[in-house]
Amino acid sequence: MSTTAAKRGAGRPLKNYTSFGQSVRNSLTMAYRGLLKIRRTPEQLFDVTLQPILFTLMFTYIFGGAISGSVSDYLPVIIPGILVQTVISTSIVTGVQLREDMEKGVFDRFKSLPIARIAPLAGALLADTVRYAIATLLTFVMGYIMGYHPDGGLGYVAIAGVLVIACSWAVSWIFAFFGVIARTASSVQGISMIVLFPLTFLSNAFVPVDTMPGWLQWFVNINPISHLVTAVRELANTGTVGPDLAISLIGAAVIVAVFAPLTVRAYMRRT
Amino acid sequence: MAARYGNAEAEKDGGWAVEARGLVKTFGDNRAVDGVDLNVRAGSIYGVLGPNGAGKTTTIRMLATLLRMDGGSARIFGYDVEKEPQIVRQLIGVTGQYASVDESLSATENLVIFSRLLGLGRAEARRKAAELLEEFGLTEAAKRPLKQFSGGMRRRLDLAASLIAQPPLIFLDEPTTGLDPRTRAQMWNTIRRLVKTGSTVLLTTQYLDEADQLADRIAVIDRGRVVAEGTVDELKASVGNSLLHLRIEDQGDIREARRIVEQVLQVRSSASAEAGKITAPMAETGRVTDLLIALRGAGIHLAEISVQKPTLDEVFLAITGHGVKENESPESEKSNVAEVASV
Repeated sequence: MSTTAAKRGAGRPLKNYTSFGQSVRNSLTMAYRGLLKIRRTPEQLFDVTLQPILFTLMFTYIFGGAISGSVSDYLPVIIPGILVQTVISTSIVTGVQLREDMEKGVFDRFKSLPIARIAPLAGALLADTVRYAIATLLTFVMGYIMGYHPDGGLGYVAIAGVLVIACSWAVSWIFAFFGVIARTASSVQGISMIVLFPLTFLSNAFVPVDTMPGWLQWFVNINPISHLVTAVRELANTGTVGPDLAISLIGAAVIVAVFAPLTVRAYMRRT
Repeated sequence: MAARYGNAEAEKDGGWAVEARGLVKTFGDNRAVDGVDLNVRAGSIYGVLGPNGAGKTTTIRMLATLLRMDGGSARIFGYDVEKEPQIVRQLIGVTGQYASVDESLSATENLVIFSRLLGLGRAEARRKAAELLEEFGLTEAAKRPLKQFSGGMRRRLDLAASLIAQPPLIFLDEPTTGLDPRTRAQMWNTIRRLVKTGSTVLLTTQYLDEADQLADRIAVIDRGRVVAEGTVDELKASVGNSLLHLRIEDQGDIREARRIVEQVLQVRSSASAEAGKITAPMAETGRVTDLLIALRGAGIHLAEISVQKPTLDEVFLAITGHGVKENESPESEKSNVAEVASV
């Protein structure tokens, strides 16, 4: 029987697994699809262009005087903080859009194709790094216009930017998981906000930790967002690589290691 | 069972493209598919006929690895759907009931992405996309976003996308539902052409005439079960090739008229007394002449006589003993009226 089938396969070798190379190629093709979609509907970039501009302006001028005495003293504190907050919260959209996308008939075709199961998810997440890059760039540019001149220099600022984008990509797997298991796109948004709000605000992103009550300091100090913010501050403001960078990267790796398999499994079960 | 569908027979006849045994799928309390057996020979067109909600789409989705089966087993060209899904996916193309293409992209972009996913190189993917668009008459619309496509264009693009890898087995889930008659005929031609190039087609349909036009064999499926299986001719013979409808002018004559109809045509007839209507299956059209002469001889006057092809509803009635449920009745039945003659 298998000889018949092999003949029918038009000379292609038939195998019941996907190689790592094929998984990467499939994911890149799916990322290309994501980029095409962004190009076709540029209005979905509104949030990543407007939010960095608005938030940077608002937070700096509202809190600057109260927290650091002046706006210019606050900038090295707030720009890394607002950067992490903005870009991480942008990754919620990834989950929401994935949910909307999966409702469409085209996902049936992806499932019926002999491609890596992870590709439709990994591709969508990969394409969204473009959104994070836009948000990162705009936040730094806004900061620069308002007088933020990081001492670390352009090279370290770029490294800090890449770090934030990489960590946001890792975090987006959490929201992708919600996207796959949730029933509707708006519920993805809801759950994700509940998770993200405490994480970003109960951190050192906006205010110095030592003004908080002791029990809250305990949480803020173990919050991975705090470590990421500290890592970005060290890189951009002083050009130093501290332990927080390592902690952030390890945290990101753990998130991907846990949530990527969970998400793919949930995706394959859901039909 | 295994022996009957053994290798020797399969090899001799070109093999089985699909062998499904006792497929079961339950959604909550609803057994959507309740023990379906299907055997499809390679190189043939196989029609799965049934009303909405009969389990056609669920069956196809299980065979196409899109849905996990709750019971039974299925093999595609000898490969187990559950154990070797990734091999099965290399042998099939699926065109779903709802266009499985990307709405926000253009036709070319869609085909290029699917081609790339199937392992074609960049240039090769472009060439393949252009070639398929040409073949399906979509070249002019190639760059337009799909949102502006008509239903027929979308279906054609969908089918084109299923053919990129030239899969030996193609699943078509209601390929012509919602299409106008002209586009429908085009789709039929495309499907016939596919089989000429050696592909096997498993299609589902609500329309008897579609199965009639295309399929070599048909399975009639109802409430998740196969209720009849055979060639088109075998299936039709069970209900009669056409149905004769008579309306008697004087309703008092109806009993006598029925006796004559049954005697001349040698079949059982049914009557509705109020309208004075008699319906009878008819094997040969020539017998109508005899019948009309006999009726005139008996002094029975006819108000109306018509010959109609059996509708899906009547096939169902004959096979299952119950009709297609009222709200599920497909709209095409009206178009099945073959000829209407008045006396």
